[in-house]
Amino acid sequence: MAGASLMDTLFQRSLEDLIKGMRQQLIGEPAFISKAMEEIRREIKSTDLSTKSTALLKLSYLSSLHFHDMSFADFHALEVLSSPRFAHKMIAYHAISLSFHDATPVLLLITNHLRKDLTSTNEYEVSLSLQCLSKIANVDLARDLTPEIFTLLSTSKVCVRKKAIGVVLRVFWKYPDAVRVCFKRLVENLENSDPQMVSAVVGVFCELASKDPRSYLPLAPEFYRILVDSRNNWVLIKVLKIFARLAPLEPRLAEKVVEPICDHMRRTVAKSLLFECVRTIVNSLSEYESAVKLAVVKIQEFLLDDDPNLKYLGLRALSTVAEKHLWAVLENKEIVIKSLSDVDPNIKVESLRLVMKMVSESNVAEISRVLLNYALKSGPEFCNKILASILSTCSRNVYEIIVDFDWYASLLGEMSRIPHCQKGEEIENQLIDIGMRVKDVRPKLAHVCRGLLIDPALLGNQFLHRILSAAAWVSGEYVEFSRNPFELVEALLQPRTILLLPAIRAIYIQSAFKVLTFCLHTYLLQNKGTTFSSWSDTLLPGVLSSDFYESLADLSVGNGPSVTVTPGHVSPSSLERNDLSYEYIVNMLNLVELAFGPLSGSNDVEIQDRAQNVLGFIDLIREKVLNSSVQKGNVSEGKDVEVADIVELMHHAFSEELGPVSISAQERVPLPDGLILKENLVDLEAICGDIGLPSSNSFPFESTSYKEEVGNSLSNLEIKEGLEQLNESTSLLAEHRKRHGLYYLPSDKSETISNDYPLANDPMSQDNATDDTNDLLKLAEQSFVPRRKSSHTKPRPVVVKLDNGDEIPIASRKSEPKDDSLSDAVRDVLLGSEAIIRTSSQSNLSDKPPNKRKGKEKQHRDIHEELKENLVDDRNPSSRRSRHRRHGKERRQRSPRKKNAEEGGDNGQKEKQKSSHPHGRHRQRADEPSNVAGQTSEVPDFLL
Amino acid sequence: MGIRFVLMVNKQGQTRLAQYYEWLTLEERRALEGEIVRKCLARAEQQCSFVEHRNYKIVYRRYASLFFLVGVDNDENELAILEFIHLLVETMDRHFGNVCELDIMFHLEKAHFMLEEMVMNGCIVETSKSSILTPVQLMDKTS
Repeated sequence: MAGASLMDTLFQRSLEDLIKGMRQQLIGEPAFISKAMEEIRREIKSTDLSTKSTALLKLSYLSSLHFHDMSFADFHALEVLSSPRFAHKMIAYHAISLSFHDATPVLLLITNHLRKDLTSTNEYEVSLSLQCLSKIANVDLARDLTPEIFTLLSTSKVCVRKKAIGVVLRVFWKYPDAVRVCFKRLVENLENSDPQMVSAVVGVFCELASKDPRSYLPLAPEFYRILVDSRNNWVLIKVLKIFARLAPLEPRLAEKVVEPICDHMRRTVAKSLLFECVRTIVNSLSEYESAVKLAVVKIQEFLLDDDPNLKYLGLRALSTVAEKHLWAVLENKEIVIKSLSDVDPNIKVESLRLVMKMVSESNVAEISRVLLNYALKSGPEFCNKILASILSTCSRNVYEIIVDFDWYASLLGEMSRIPHCQKGEEIENQLIDIGMRVKDVRPKLAHVCRGLLIDPALLGNQFLHRILSAAAWVSGEYVEFSRNPFELVEALLQPRTILLLPAIRAIYIQSAFKVLTFCLHTYLLQNKGTTFSSWSDTLLPGVLSSDFYESLADLSVGNGPSVTVTPGHVSPSSLERNDLSYEYIVNMLNLVELAFGPLSGSNDVEIQDRAQNVLGFIDLIREKVLNSSVQKGNVSEGKDVEVADIVELMHHAFSEELGPVSISAQERVPLPDGLILKENLVDLEAICGDIGLPSSNSFPFESTSYKEEVGNSLSNLEIKEGLEQLNESTSLLAEHRKRHGLYYLPSDKSETISNDYPLANDPMSQDNATDDTNDLLKLAEQSFVPRRKSSHTKPRPVVVKLDNGDEIPIASRKSEPKDDSLSDAVRDVLLGSEAIIRTSSQSNLSDKPPNKRKGKEKQHRDIHEELKENLVDDRNPSSRRSRHRRHGKERRQRSPRKKNAEEGGDNGQKEKQKSSHPHGRHRQRADEPSNVAGQTSEVPDFLL
Repeated sequence: MGIRFVLMVNKQGQTRLAQYYEWLTLEERRALEGEIVRKCLARAEQQCSFVEHRNYKIVYRRYASLFFLVGVDNDENELAILEFIHLLVETMDRHFGNVCELDIMFHLEKAHFMLEEMVMNGCIVETSKSSILTPVQLMDKTS
């Protein structure tokens, strides 16, 4: 064994050998490394510490750069750590900080090693262990080593002390109670004259303040001193970051720091500091007009600089300013627009963001035009970014900035034709959405969608399929605005639709069905002659039938269809008013039948189902339509009425307008008798946890119209019956009901309740509709609140908007009190009362478990109210003065603890503010209610 | 946290030094380095040195064949990080004398050590070259 070990030592490859070998290897890197790993696994078991440490070093190298697991060597690293030789220690610490983490099993064994090194007389050993601790400290290590760190915080060795300060951050995070021990010393270091120390400690406070700025308000005077005095840019940047957090909390502090920051801005030559000043101003001090102006001047310099870094940062800063000072962006409009064609994609994206911020009602058309041109010229990625931002900006707040919807509809059409366009889903949603919301845009929308549908080339681009699905839906839904329904049917049934997904093809079929029904209906109306007007009035309130005929007549002027014309097709130009001829209808029926024949055998059920429905419908009416038409104009009433009834029913079903449904519509349904709303619905989540809230944009139009179709094509079948069957027949559903019966309504009620999506088109159910359904309908009507009309030359059309906004309502949740024991601890320390520190630190140690938290929260609410009263009290100047006096007393009592009187006074002042904050401090307050009134979050003027 | 990680990567995308200030598993590291290196090395020289990645930023700078990539929180000052990178390079330059990729390869632990002198817990604690190098040089002498 000893021999083997000696051999290992003598012939062991050093790290250098390993690296050299790797560069010259011929067997391939993976093979080489796995061979090396084998060696390491053997060597690391050696009893010789040199061999072991070299193996560990090699392992660290391979782990760090070649992702090889080194957790098997955790214990060996500890063995190397115990070596008396410094070089070994270094290797061990390096390996440990690379590989140890909170879940490392041997982590606890390291405590004593660290303690030994932390108290070593060799300062390099101390700093090594501090560095290691800053990486691996967990709760236990932080707790056990707090005393050692406390000692090191005031050591005279600069390089050790600075690292101790660095470690404190991790220790505080892991073990907040360390604050009670170390915080004072940390603050003392803030007053140190050594710039290295200040640099380190400011960095720590910057991190601490980013988590919970309010707790550090009392230290503002110290930070202010550094802000004014320091000449170290690193330190200044960190201090500025702290003030960026503190200033919004305390207006007087903001006023105090704004001038020094402007001074730095004017004076400094360091771009990093300048940028930090600018950022602080625009983020946190944006209400100081003159400072913002100065910052914008500096931003402008950045924008005009050749350095892309500065340009990028300038644009970033500008978009922050834009939130409150849009003039700053408008002033730099040219640079921003020019940056859209920068070589750097990041700069392009930033300038795009800025351009979108400039968009308003008056310039949206102009800006969109410019952007669309850029989109055409750009690569796919940026092109889609442009499209995405146009889409999201225009649709913001239910199309707030859009006045001319006809323009917007054609813009959507234009976007779809941009070759790189991949925003199918969004455009799809918006096409349907504006169709539903804005009545006036429908003719234009139908026109735009027709344009998309009849272009067979578009079917080849799968990114556009979603758009096409919307176009198909729109064409079917608003077919009354179509100039040439036949052409639509052709477009919907064109052979290339085979390229579409089945779900989208189903929509195509459905739309074709709608168009067909519409044509049949119109045709029959025509033949009815006299009853025509009354029918159209009662049944088609929104349909401009006469327009339709006019447009048919106009077609000779309009653009001709680009689809191939089937033989026998009546050319549009031959159409005259009142002339939806017999041939026209027959051709259409033939075309539909021809196209759907093969589809009825489709593999996809959606397609098959729908196609067969349509074919069934045609079968039902075909003969009669044909027969009746033989005796043109002289219709035999008996036969035709039946057909007319069917067609009327169908048409009625399709012409029912679909509108957006408020997400809260259900809430307004009155609570039925006997329904017990269980208080705690937690277990409901288990049942329907994966069903998300329906987005407000998705309307279940498809399913309803589908139901309608089924119901009606079977003409006399009662829908209600069908629904009930659906509800009850499935054994699975029944089982579910049995298990979770609690959440089902009693079955006799289910009939009315399940109709919360009223089947508006069913004449029979409407007759005996229950009150509930009527209520619902009324509610739906009420919820359509017309938007304000703006005073434009072209009046903005009414946009249907649901009264409570379209956003998914965010459950109004109180800002949860954070279980932030770190901030609690910091506040306690700044409060300084020793008794409290002792009691609460003890309680905190033991009472971590969550049940305490609940109690705390409850307490918190009570105290919140209490606090409100106190705040009212605070307005009274006399009470404030008396409070100050009391604090003065406290200070005097505490001051003996301080090292010297002056410092004590200083700290006392800091402690005086003791920042009572709306949340967090309940513990003490509950302990000593007399003190409650005396705490406000303020920084007394004289400190600044 | 400030700085989340410091990477040194050569032109071929091989990592030469990786220092993380938060614990990541090997797989996470591998994925992260792959993504970042692909993202940053693809950028042209006249483009800016800042890249947004996931929920943080990467500030990078190229020195000869070596890229220095620093992942930072979103509110970190990009220009200051660029200066930090430069300081790191200058420090290594002073120690190794005209530092190159090979120096870092063969003295990885020293490069780590310098970095540890400069950054703790993701905070920059030391910015003076001589203060950073003193302990490194002393260690060289003693060992």
